[in-house]
Formats: sequence, C-alpha cells, structure tokens
Amino acid sequence: MPYATHPSTPSSSSVLPGEDTDGSAPADVASPGISVPGNRGIKVVRAITIREKPETLYAFWRNVSNLPRIVNHPVTILPRTALESRWLVSAPAGRKMEWNAIIINDEPGQLIAWRTTADADVANAGSIRFAPAPGDEGTEVTVSLEYNPPAGKLGAAVAKLTRDSAGSQVYDALRRFKALMEAGEIPTTYGQPVGGPQREKAREHRP
Amino acid sequence: MKALVWMGKKKVEVQTVSDPAILLPRDCIVKITSTAICGSDIHLYDGVIPTLEKGDILGHEFMGEVIEVGKQVKRIKAGDRVVVPFTISCGRCTHCLRQQFSACDNTNPNWHIAETLLGFPSAGMFGYAHMTGGYAGGQAQYARVPHADTGLLKIENDLPDEKVLFLSDIFPTGYMAAENCQIVPGQSVVAVWGCGPVGQFAIRSAFLLGAAKVIAIDSVPERRALAGKAGAITLDSGDDVMEELKALTGGRGPDASIDAVGMEAHGSAYDEFKQALKLETDRPYALRQAMRCTRKAGVVSVPGVYGGFLDKIPFGAAMNKGLTFKMGQTHMQKYMGPLLKLIEDGKIDPSVIITHRLPLSEAPEAYPMFTKKTDGCIKVVLDPAA
Ligand SMILES: NC(=O)c1ccc[n+]([C@@H]2O[C@H](COP(=O)([O-])OP(=O)(O)OC[C@H]3O[C@@H](n4cnc5c(N)ncnc54)[C@H](O)[C@@H]3O)[C@@H](O)[C@H]2O)c1
Ligand SMILES: [Zn+2]
Ligand SMILES: [Zn+2]
Repeated sequence: MPYATHPSTPSSSSVLPGEDTDGSAPADVASPGISVPGNRGIKVVRAITIREKPETLYAFWRNVSNLPRIVNHPVTILPRTALESRWLVSAPAGRKMEWNAIIINDEPGQLIAWRTTADADVANAGSIRFAPAPGDEGTEVTVSLEYNPPAGKLGAAVAKLTRDSAGSQVYDALRRFKALMEAGEIPTTYGQPVGGPQREKAREHRP
Repeated sequence: MKALVWMGKKKVEVQTVSDPAILLPRDCIVKITSTAICGSDIHLYDGVIPTLEKGDILGHEFMGEVIEVGKQVKRIKAGDRVVVPFTISCGRCTHCLRQQFSACDNTNPNWHIAETLLGFPSAGMFGYAHMTGGYAGGQAQYARVPHADTGLLKIENDLPDEKVLFLSDIFPTGYMAAENCQIVPGQSVVAVWGCGPVGQFAIRSAFLLGAAKVIAIDSVPERRALAGKAGAITLDSGDDVMEELKALTGGRGPDASIDAVGMEAHGSAYDEFKQALKLETDRPYALRQAMRCTRKAGVVSVPGVYGGFLDKIPFGAAMNKGLTFKMGQTHMQKYMGPLLKLIEDGKIDPSVIITHRLPLSEAPEAYPMFTKKTDGCIKVVLDPAA
C-alpha cells in the first residue's frame, strides 16, 4: 500500500510542535504524516528486510526499553506511560539532548508512529512500519524520521548531524536490529587481539 | 600469544599480542595446530586490498582444537578437532538459508565501510581487512571464531592436519570455481588461468566433475608441472594463449574459463604501471584473456579476488558472445562436509600442493618467498607452536 494513502497516516498538518503551518503539507511520500511544513526539517528514510514475523519485530520495537540495545549511540530511554517515554541522548561536546516521545499511532504488527512533545530539545517525529516482503524474504522494516535542528549553541552542535549521519544512524540501528533478530547477536570485534600500533589505540579507547 | 601482524606494504612481523577471549555467546576459541598462507594474503601483504590497517592480524586458513565455547554454542564442544572456514556466517539469515554463506547479512560489523565500497556488505572474514569485518586472523596461536555452530567442520577421523587443512578455503574455492563452470561430464573443456593453490584445486575439481579436458596456464614451470600431474594440458602464459587454446579445442575455445589469478596478474606492463600509480586498483590481465578466449555462450568463473575498479574489460566480447559470469567469495559451509568425504574416500589428497612446512616464527620470510614464487614455493603451512 502506498504510504501516502495509508489509512492510519496521521493528519498531514505538522506534528512537530512550535511550527507554524500554512495547512499545505509537502507531498513527501517518504515520510508519512510526519512532515514539517516548508521542508525545514531533516528527513531520513531507511529500510531493511528481516527474516522474522512482523509481529515479533513489532513487539521488540514497541517495548522502548529494548531500543538502547540497537541504537549504537549512548541513549537512555525511560518509559513513563504506555505511550510516553523520556529520551536522554548524548550530543556533541558533552551535551545532552532530552525529549518526551509520545506514540501517536500504534497498529500491532504493522506500524508505530511517534512524535515529541512541546519541551523537546530536538523536535522529532518518526514511524516504523512492518510489511510482509515477497515470498519467503521476511518482513520489510521501514523507518522514517524527521527532526528540526534547534536554534542556538546546541542547535549548532546538532546541525553537525547532517542528513547523512542521521540516515546512517538510523540504518545502523536497523542493521543491528536485524542481526539481533536473525543471528541472536550483533557482530563485533571489540576486545579482540590486535597488533602493533592498534594495540595502544585500543587501550585508549576502551570505555 | 604469538601472531603474524601486517605492518604496512610488504612488511609483516610476528608479535606478542593478547589472547583472544569469547566476546559473544556463539563464539568459540580455537587453539590453532596448523595455518597456511593463501594467495589472498599476497594481495594483503602487497597492500592492494583497501581498508587493511597496520596492526591487523592476518591468516584465514587454519584448524585446531576448540578449547572454550560461548553459552549459546550447542554443536561444538571443547576438545573438538575442527577446520575453520575463512568466511563467518550466521546460519540464520536468508542468504545463509539459501547456502550463500559468503553473502551472510549478519557477521560484518563494518557494514558501513563495505556498503560504501561495494553497495552491500559481504560476510565477515578472518584476517581480511576492515571492509570484511576486521576480524583478527588465524596466523596465530589462538583465534576467536564467531558462530561456531554454523562455521566449524568437525574432524572425527585420524587424517593428519595437512590433508584436511585446505578445507578452510582453497579446496572449496577451487571446487566452487569448477562447479560454476557447469561442466557437462565427458564433454566440457575447461581452461584454468593460474596454477597456484586455487588453480590446482580448480583443475582437480574440474576432473572430479567430469571435464573432458583441462588446460592450465601459468608462467611458473613447477606449478605447471604440478598441474600436469593432475592430468591437465599446460600452457605457458607467455605464449599466444588464444591461438594455443584454439589449437587444443578444435578451434572452439574452452567451454568454460576459470580465473584463478586475481587482481595481481603478471604479464601486462600496462596494468603494473597503472596499479603502481593508483590509476587502477586491480590488474585484470588474466580475466581479460579469459573473456576473449572463452567459447561463445560459455562460462567465465572467477575465484580470483578483485578489490575495486578494473580497466579495459572487454565487455563487448562478453556481451556479443553471450558469456555467463559466475564468481564470489566461496560459500564455504556448503562445500566443507562433502569435500571432507572425498578426502576420506581417498578421491583426492590435498596435501600434494604443500612445498614448505615452517614455524610461524618464519612467516615473515615465507611471505616474500610465496609472493615471488621462489624456492619452488607453491604452498606454505605454518606451525603456530614453533
Ligand atoms: N574466491 C575466494 O573465495 C578465494 C579464496 C582463496 C583465494 N582466492 C584468490 O584466488 C587467487 C589465486 O590464489 P592462489 O592461492 O592460488 O594464489 P597464487 O598467487 O599462489 O597463484 C596465482 C597464480 O597465477 C599465476 N599467474 C599470474 N599471472 C598470470 C597470468 N597472466 N596468466 C596465468 N597465470 C598467471 C601465478 O604465477 C600464480 O601461480 C587469488 O586472487 C586469491 O586471492 C579467492
Ligand atoms: Zn585464502
Ligand atoms: Zn547469515
């Protein structure tokens, strides 16, 4: 089903707080219902196919306390209610970004969509969709994410997260999600023996 | 432990490094009893494979004894004698379930590097640069082996290491290369460029699969002689290969060609110059010849490794003759069991290619010898305990 006509797509007006809207949302089929008017938000869409049932994948993602395992970036997620969670994400230069995320659309086995509430350091909105892939390929998992880099100093730091790096972070999380669901573990070489000049580097970088 | 470490172009040394530990629940630790140097290591040694870093431990053809297993390892136990395949595969992704093990989705932690270079990441591999995961290799006394249950081949007979060691890479690689030729038993003529270890197994596998004739091409006399012992007709790569092949095939050309040379082919000053100046990453001289010489509607099978971008590839010949191309890193786990059976049944003795048995401590001298093919060197097996 094309994203733009999905019945569960939320209202096409802005879902990001603090945005003035002229009522005409950009026709960006890639980010269903989470667009920012005037295209000022940064949008990324990434997809991966996982050999697992949509229901299982949905169930993992719906329990937000699972997500730090697959996000390859320091993040704390504190569930508050069934629909709301507090996110604390480390930002460049030792800063922290915080927001409350609220689930605005929840279709078991198919879709989870969320957005931040008004006090967010980085207003963002996103969705993850689980759709059967053809044949025995598994499930196509598509994440759409959109965020508004904030103003001020923090904004400057966050703006360093270009469209590309936001995209690769989303994709990285999807790859890790896939590995965990299919192989039972996320591959790593961290902590293996290394020789020569790398040994010293490895020691310095150990957390 | 002691391990062979790459320290820059044409520089390797044995260093003392930390012992490997179990990092994930499906890992095991193998105490290595035999390990070999592969033609792929030449590409690493020469610095033509991107994303290798100083300090990387090389080696991907090894076997030994399992001394420790992770919590989730079920099939493999401490004490098992095992051959380790050079590719790491999860056994559960779509590619693994389709027996395309070297395309495993879930074992390359550096997928971002691989995707930038290749579009999609390949499986993780031991000792083979960071685009294939940056896994520490097996020219060492111990190795950490992820996904032990999927990867390892148990050896439950008393065959010596040297008869089963090459199940870790080059025997399956030569076999898959021959299988890819779609040999019609009693009819197909197969030409093999390169009589190194991979070529030797490709030649022997082509005969096992029923090839009517195998023609082997190399410039090194003792390698040609070893190919001849397997029953191949041999050609010097300095000859007019096209005319010789036509003469040997009634003018048809070989039904299938195997490029068991790869990205560092000799014989083309053009490519050596361009590669030295970094104007091309690979020297595909043998591949070009194979594409021109192969019969119409034939197959070009490429086990030889290529790393990047190839120059002056006669794609017109491929298109207009309707060639089929088959290639890839070997889908190891698909072949190891059946090929072990061939060894046990005495159908093939892989150890015939070994020319040098050396201690690991002499690996820094063995690398240039194997690379330059001096001292009659065809295959080096190292003893990590010595
Ligand atoms: N696909 C895989 O999974 C896989 C696995 C192992 C090795 N390999 C690759 O296979 C290739 C061969 O490996 P090897 O261990 O036999 O290496 P090797 O270097 O010992 O053998 C290569 C042979 O090719 C010969 N040669 C060079 N130029 C030639 C030319 N123009 N025409 C004919 N012969 C020529 C050399 O004299 C040498 O004997 C390498 O590229 C290696 O990386 C691939
Ligand atoms: Zn090899
Ligand atoms: Zn796999």
